[in-house]
Amino acid sequence: MDLLLGAVVLGVLLGCFYAAVSVGLSVSFGLLDVPHVAHPAFLVLASYGVYQLNDSYDLDPLLAGLAITPLLFLFGLLAYRVYYETFEKRGSDAGVRGIAFFFGIAFIIEVLIILQFGVDQRSVTATYIGKSWRFGEFRIPIRQLVAFAVALALTVVLAVYLSKTFMGRAIRAVAQDEEALRLMGANPVRIKQFAFGIATAVLGIAGALLIIVAPVEPTLDRAYIGRTFCVVVMAGLGSISGTLIAAIILGVAESIVLTMFGASWAPAISFAMLLAVLAVRPQGLLGR
Amino acid sequence: MKRRTFLGGAMAVAVVGHGSSAFAQQPPIKIGMSMPQTGGLAGGGKASLLGIEIWRDDINAKGGLLGRKVELVVYDDKSSASETPAIYAKLVDVDKVDLLFAPYATVPTAPIMPFVKQRGLLLMGNFSFQVNSKVGHDMWFNNAPWGPADSWAASFLDLAQKAGGKNMALLTADQEFAQNLALTARDVAKKRNIPVVFDQVYPPNTVEFASIIRALKAAKPDIVYVASYPPDSAGILRAVNEIGIGDDVKIFGGGMVGLQFAAVMSNLGSLLNGVVNYNTWLPEKSMYFDGTKEFFDKYTKRAIEAKVDPLGYYLAPFGYAMGEMIAAAVNSTRSLDQKGIAKYLRENEHKTIVGPIAFAADGERKETATLQAQFRGVKDKDIEQFRSSGKQVILFPDKLKTGDLISPFEAARK
Repeated sequence: MDLLLGAVVLGVLLGCFYAAVSVGLSVSFGLLDVPHVAHPAFLVLASYGVYQLNDSYDLDPLLAGLAITPLLFLFGLLAYRVYYETFEKRGSDAGVRGIAFFFGIAFIIEVLIILQFGVDQRSVTATYIGKSWRFGEFRIPIRQLVAFAVALALTVVLAVYLSKTFMGRAIRAVAQDEEALRLMGANPVRIKQFAFGIATAVLGIAGALLIIVAPVEPTLDRAYIGRTFCVVVMAGLGSISGTLIAAIILGVAESIVLTMFGASWAPAISFAMLLAVLAVRPQGLLGR
Repeated sequence: MKRRTFLGGAMAVAVVGHGSSAFAQQPPIKIGMSMPQTGGLAGGGKASLLGIEIWRDDINAKGGLLGRKVELVVYDDKSSASETPAIYAKLVDVDKVDLLFAPYATVPTAPIMPFVKQRGLLLMGNFSFQVNSKVGHDMWFNNAPWGPADSWAASFLDLAQKAGGKNMALLTADQEFAQNLALTARDVAKKRNIPVVFDQVYPPNTVEFASIIRALKAAKPDIVYVASYPPDSAGILRAVNEIGIGDDVKIFGGGMVGLQFAAVMSNLGSLLNGVVNYNTWLPEKSMYFDGTKEFFDKYTKRAIEAKVDPLGYYLAPFGYAMGEMIAAAVNSTRSLDQKGIAKYLRENEHKTIVGPIAFAADGERKETATLQAQFRGVKDKDIEQFRSSGKQVILFPDKLKTGDLISPFEAARK
């Protein structure tokens, strides 16, 4: 029973971390319909930015993540503009070609990281890494509690931004009906570009959490492609609160399987759950 | 002047100006290989390649092999088993290399074994584990110090039993190298009547190990044998430090890949203390042979420029040793006949910078020289500390031993 309870607690923490690394994709893929397979590569790039600031200036990883957020926003604006001009603008088969574009970007990022940092693993130091809180016999890694709290805050802030602010509502509008937005005099491309910038900017914090939870290496993005897309699709495309719920469900399921049934079954869990959810609710947990 | 004539002239000037005239008269001896330079094995692959390159430069400075310059033809196999068969076919059929070195590690090497056996080619192995056990190729020679298949687990369990260990937990990566280790560990445990109270295989890309370590701890083992790959080894040790592993554990470690690399060791720092793990070369008194110090002097300088492991203990000197063995065989047989070279390698003991090497019939070492060493007194964030002796005390083999095991694990971590 203790083991099961522990697995659930650790699973919730892990799930919130999954939400943090997926929430940007929920905007770019879920809302904007951009086949952003380079999302995990952007995430790893952000982690290396955090590593650089932590290593050179001893800056706390979370502060370092915040510090690189404006740069990532600009990078996101640029990436979308290039994608739009070269693919999206040119027609309906943009999706398929867009996947190739983002795969290309992901490989380029990998190579650039290797050239700059080498192939070794990199990690950061902070007072909360490597320690745990004790509740009797039960111990919780503090880095996971930090990841949990920050991920929760990040998801809530993004959800509030998208539902309560003018720009947030405009982003939702462009996702629902681009043509209607254009008829109202707004420029959907600029709104989408801004939204893509936001989706990339949140990777500053998500990248910080990634390197806080475990060391990173240049090809780590490949490990996250399946998980992040699984969370976003299971959540229901574009649903930020759904992303949090789906990620927690996934984290708890994975943790229970790792603890109670054997680690080899864990990779199958995310996709088995995705299939199960889609069989019952094809639009995802909170999709419309 | 036509462009081609100009280029030809420039190249001729470069050859005369640069190399010896003997090199200019004869074609180079080409040694072909793939090496993981991207992907999960790249850290090791690049260090291994640098060791081989230092050997190439040393041998060329001495006049080459059979008076011919040695050239390396290297392709990146991206740490992938699916890349290597095509690369080795190209090396042999298109590049027409004279000799073959295997890539670093088991996974990229395993798929090329049938090819080299079918073609009757000599292959110098580079740290793979038991890839020839089922293929039975008689022209395979592994530079790694592993020795007989079960010696790795046996040496760890010897230490564990002496420390009072009576049951074992086994945590292994779902990957060929780790599974081979796990297989031998189960066999040795069975022969010695050591019950296995926890046996889990975790998949690649496991993000968080806290749940697995909690389950392992609940089984109350007193020997914990871990066979993990680099990204996971760090995650496992972090989780052990945070979740705890229990006071019963006498010894922890065994087959954790990654803890031999400077970046990982530096990242983990004091979390390493107490872990008993395999290694191949360490800066302890018993490990210095002719040329060892000179090799590391060169390696240390070039590693910074090449952005590879600054210590390079695990693989680089064995890459160099691989070259030393080939050089000895080619010079002694005065030919590049692969059968002749194989015969020489099989029948002689070879002096190298990592000590004497003699091969058994299966192409592995006759005797294991795989070290089991315990991390002690390691501080955080200091790579340089690992250059001094005493940070990894050698417990096995006896002839290289520099200290005794501190047990239980929790006591050794302090």
